[in-house]
Amino acid sequence: MSYFSYAWGWVTQRVNWHGSGDIPQQVLAHLGYAGVSLLIAAVIAIPAGVAVGHTGRGAVFVVNLANAWRAIPTLGLLVLLAVELTFSPLSWLVPLVVLAIPPILVNAYEGVAGVDPGVRDAANGAGMTAWQQVTRVEVPIALPLILVGLRTAAIFVVATATIVAYIGFGGVGRFIFDGLAQYNFSPVAGGALVLMVLAVLVLVFFAVLARLVVPAGLRKQRRSE
Amino acid sequence: MNWSFIPSHISDIWQYTRDTAQLGVLSALFGLVISLPLGIAAARWRWFYPPALTVVNVLYAIPAIALFIVLIPSLGLTDTNVTVALTLYSLCVIFPNVVAGLHAVPDSVRQSATAMGYGALRRLVQVELPLAVPVIIAGLRVAMVSSISLSSIGQLIGVYSLGYYFIDGYQRAFPTEIYIGLVLIIALAVICDLVLVGVRRVLTPWMARS
Repeated sequence: MSYFSYAWGWVTQRVNWHGSGDIPQQVLAHLGYAGVSLLIAAVIAIPAGVAVGHTGRGAVFVVNLANAWRAIPTLGLLVLLAVELTFSPLSWLVPLVVLAIPPILVNAYEGVAGVDPGVRDAANGAGMTAWQQVTRVEVPIALPLILVGLRTAAIFVVATATIVAYIGFGGVGRFIFDGLAQYNFSPVAGGALVLMVLAVLVLVFFAVLARLVVPAGLRKQRRSE
Repeated sequence: MNWSFIPSHISDIWQYTRDTAQLGVLSALFGLVISLPLGIAAARWRWFYPPALTVVNVLYAIPAIALFIVLIPSLGLTDTNVTVALTLYSLCVIFPNVVAGLHAVPDSVRQSATAMGYGALRRLVQVELPLAVPVIIAGLRVAMVSSISLSSIGQLIGVYSLGYYFIDGYQRAFPTEIYIGLVLIIALAVICDLVLVGVRRVLTPWMARS
């Protein structure tokens, strides 16, 4: 049997859609881990990235951080905190936030740092205060890149929220690790299918979001380029 | 941290480090080998690039553990499985860089090469690809570091690497093993990254040494 016949057989079984620990519940738990982590990371990283981009201070640090963070093995960080903190929510929250911060930070920095100096001068000449320049000119122009950073981080936390189940929490990974432990491939295959659907939904969500929040003038400009 | 663990397990540590290096480095290199023809094709026939980029973006969004699982029925719980999955991720990172690198070659350079009598293939190999090397290697660096780090996830389906120390350290609540895994994976990634920086310098002697 191919992978998809296992996965489809499991996902379409009605019993997996009802009762405690069913698919909707675990998907919600999964999105909960991912969403909370992404939100905290965004609250920390967007202002920091914008500040670095606006002032130019700390730029070297930010760029190097972007290169270094990919080397961190998520699974290692997760099990380390699981062992050191035992069963604390911090053991899933900290690794997910740590992994979501760099892409958001770097893209916010690059977006703001890349604003055309002519546009900056114009904003200055029009009498805008520094705060107005940042909030009304630089951030809107940087918005497409800020969204790319958020999308990358979202993809990362949705993927990583899977292995949170390995240290005893819920989420879609529950099906995968329970299935592996019982040598039962159907929930493993089905769980992976649910994950892939979630990943595609994240991409679609951000594509729609980009259409809604990026200023129309910027969109038009990009198309004509 | 239990330091006496290290000397008594040094041969295991070395073996798992080699497994990790093999999984990570091979996957990134396979990704490069597949990305080059695909990227050259996408740079030449522009209609091919947008759909290919969409496929690559979706593929890259799929969690590693899901990709390993999808490959189990055909490839089993083997290191081939993990290598194929990591090769696909590497491809997602390197392929857009190959296209970007080739697109960034100035038209004047291309026309000069043609004027000097270079045919399309010779121009590609001797002029365009060498000029695209910095961008391609930038992609390869990301792919290699990510592959080395991600290979530890393969341990969850039983493919041995330094990830073994994460699983075993967790099951025995023995942080020493987890620290060993973390430090060695990060060190391996940094070393491979430095090697690639060196390769780029050798291949692009005309560039500033930054």
